Amino acid sequence: MRELETFSSWVKDRHEYAKDWKKRTGGRVLGYFCTYVPEEILYAAGVLPVRVLGSHEPQNVTEPHIFGMFCPFCRDCLAQGLKGRYSYLDGLMIAQSCLHIRQAYTSWVLHIPIGFSYYLCMPHKVQSKRSYKFLRGELETFKNAVEKWTGRKIEEAALREAIQVYNENRRLMRQLFDLRKREEPPISGEEAMTISLAEQMVDKKEHNAALKELLGKLPQRKRERPTGTRLMIVGSEDDDLAFLHMVENLNKDQYPATFVIDEHCTGTRYFWNEAPEDSDPLMAIARRYIERPPCPSKDWEERKRIPHILQLARDFKVQGAIVMQQKFCDPHELDTVAIRKALEKEGIKTLFLEFDVTVPAGQFRIRVEAFLETLKQEDLF
Amino acid sequence: MAERKGKYPTEPLKCWEKAKKIREDYYRNYATAHERGGLRWAGGAWSFDAIPAGLGEDVYPLTSEPYGASCAYNKPFSLRCLEATEKAGYARDLCAYMRNYWGSILLNEYVFGGPFPKPDFLWQDHICCSHAKWYQVVSELEGGIPHFCIDVAVGPETEINENKIEYIVGQMHDGIEFLERVTGRKYRDDLLIKAVKNHFRSTSTWAKVCELNKNIPAPLDEKTMYSLYVLGTLHKSSQVVADFYEELYKEVKDRVERGIAAIPNERCRVMSDTQPPWGFLGVFRYLEKFGCVSIGSLYTFGLIGAWEVDENGEWVHRKTPMERGVTINDRDSALRALAEWELHKPEWQHFYSPQLKSEMMIRIARQWKLNGVMLHYNRGCEGLSLGIAENRLALLKAGFPVMIFEGNMGDEREFDMTRTMSRIDAFMETLGMKKEFD
Ligand code: SF4
Ligand code: SF4
Repeated sequence: MRELETFSSWVKDRHEYAKDWKKRTGGRVLGYFCTYVPEEILYAAGVLPVRVLGSHEPQNVTEPHIFGMFCPFCRDCLAQGLKGRYSYLDGLMIAQSCLHIRQAYTSWVLHIPIGFSYYLCMPHKVQSKRSYKFLRGELETFKNAVEKWTGRKIEEAALREAIQVYNENRRLMRQLFDLRKREEPPISGEEAMTISLAEQMVDKKEHNAALKELLGKLPQRKRERPTGTRLMIVGSEDDDLAFLHMVENLNKDQYPATFVIDEHCTGTRYFWNEAPEDSDPLMAIARRYIERPPCPSKDWEERKRIPHILQLARDFKVQGAIVMQQKFCDPHELDTVAIRKALEKEGIKTLFLEFDVTVPAGQFRIRVEAFLETLKQEDLF
Repeated sequence: MAERKGKYPTEPLKCWEKAKKIREDYYRNYATAHERGGLRWAGGAWSFDAIPAGLGEDVYPLTSEPYGASCAYNKPFSLRCLEATEKAGYARDLCAYMRNYWGSILLNEYVFGGPFPKPDFLWQDHICCSHAKWYQVVSELEGGIPHFCIDVAVGPETEINENKIEYIVGQMHDGIEFLERVTGRKYRDDLLIKAVKNHFRSTSTWAKVCELNKNIPAPLDEKTMYSLYVLGTLHKSSQVVADFYEELYKEVKDRVERGIAAIPNERCRVMSDTQPPWGFLGVFRYLEKFGCVSIGSLYTFGLIGAWEVDENGEWVHRKTPMERGVTINDRDSALRALAEWELHKPEWQHFYSPQLKSEMMIRIARQWKLNGVMLHYNRGCEGLSLGIAENRLALLKAGFPVMIFEGNMGDEREFDMTRTMSRIDAFMETLGMKKEFD
């Protein structure tokens, strides 16, 4: 489908896109590490925020910088910087989340010259009423720093417009994802992931336009393959399109399967909720990030991820869940046991997989096949 | 076995037995608190233990990291704990203290004997990803225990501002409401103020003790320091710990004045980093064979100790708010002083950048006159191993030889004693040290 190709080319040629955007607009590009980064403020300043992701290639450049006990994703991200793949960035930032990814940021700013760098103290206790005022204050300081960097004041109207653009994007993404609730979703998990990855790399206005075009055609799309088992994928950072492709194309006659929903920071957690447009813009942004589906490192004292995941599973009529995480990812390891238990209690079988920079395709294939086989047997009886 | 020759006199610490007794009383008092109508709570060694102190004089904490270390020290028990945790589905690469602690709950065995004494409430703070989640799981394993956790990750000491302090102090006030609600007790501000002042005394005095190790010969070695700093990790806001540290300071000062050394043959000085592999403290005794003393580390100095840079650029103990003339006379002023004080904690700084830790380490290496540094790449603790590879690069750049060894502070399966010993042999050779006795 032509409308889908736009998104995959953005993902594939992400660096080219960013360089071209700079040329086209004369704006600055900032790399960011975590989806708690308040992109609206950057966007209002005419800066394009692009998420730094890994390349899934084995590498040997991070060993002197990050001890091997930290997650492969954070090392893969730093490797991109050390290899010069993001040399076009004008700035780099992180919003405080897990310790692992923080090292990609701190080592990057220590060793790779960059014009602007910022560590935003995103609160962890998002369940505290105190976090709103605190984050609003931190956003104000951040806004001042961005203004100083770009030499341009961020007007309230620009902030409001950025919020609208981002909210529109979130709404369109929800509309798109809603189509996956259908008996026969018109889109595969691999395609959906491509679209959500693309939105983290390109100008939201362009992404919105492409989404609208896609949404005009997609409802009528008939896929040539059966939906099969409805799967959910839950877990840590995941941009492993190859894995999704493998599962959805295992053996279409014997084990047809489709991912109908995800709960990843690279997926739904990124766009699920909107910023309220009726209040002070900085407070609206604070509320949006505080109230979004949490990353496990911020999901305490109460576990709010679990009811959210269960709701997704019900809404999207999920039959089985793949619970995955990057190797050594402590935050997700601290949630996995509880999540699997909750899903299984709800009658949804789970398969747990640990991801590395490259996934062991053969091994995973056998395990996924066995999992789908179990789910199929359940159907029979 | 050859005799070890020494140019310095040495003698055991007089207050050693007292330190031992404080620790024993602590664990016993916690376990038996209910027998006396008292309350038990559990939380991390960094939690603001002065706050629950306002619930009464019969409130006893159990801090999790030293408890995990005590489990790790008992290797067969630790192994059973770790295996129980793995059997329950938790990953092997999670914080090793946490896994020991959870295992102890799962086995329902207190490492000091008897069943695991279930806390009445959980009181934690959060800067490492595992802090709040540790107790989320504890609460689940114990069938639901009320849990309150304060987020203290508001940035390094160089960036403290009113917004950050207010966020922490606001949570502390909410925490007091929580404490009253879950215990049904009336909160006493006089006890809070007393405990907060003890906290300042303990943490400032411990730093004063560590400062004395700038002397040659060092009056204390790191292995001994582990048994002393631990009291601050157990109950820094208690009168008994604050008083003990003052007594200890006097004794160590007297050792310095009389030239009493930790090891008689001190010829070479190093520091370590992060928690040691607790089941293998023999590593430190091994160093002595080369006339090498580990004078401490940012970990032993700064986990509990409060520090500041003086006008000469020296790293010295932090003056208490009382010494600075800060008025602490009600709940809010006590909480505010406590929050501000803790935001300067050395071991909280590196959570934001390894550079901040490297600067402190280089300062120690220079001011405590070190010949080299031994870095424990500790697979058991993501919090303190954070940025450690960058610390290595910075120390090397500053001209200090660095040895690294991989291990785990609480999972003996990840530590190779023989390999570490041979690394030490090679490192000592680089430093020009020869083994003096076997
Ligand atoms: S949350 Fe997990 S996968 Fe994501 S950066 Fe942190 S450790 Fe890595
Ligand atoms: S990983 Fe380290 S810093 Fe984190 S909770 Fe465990 S012992 Fe503490």
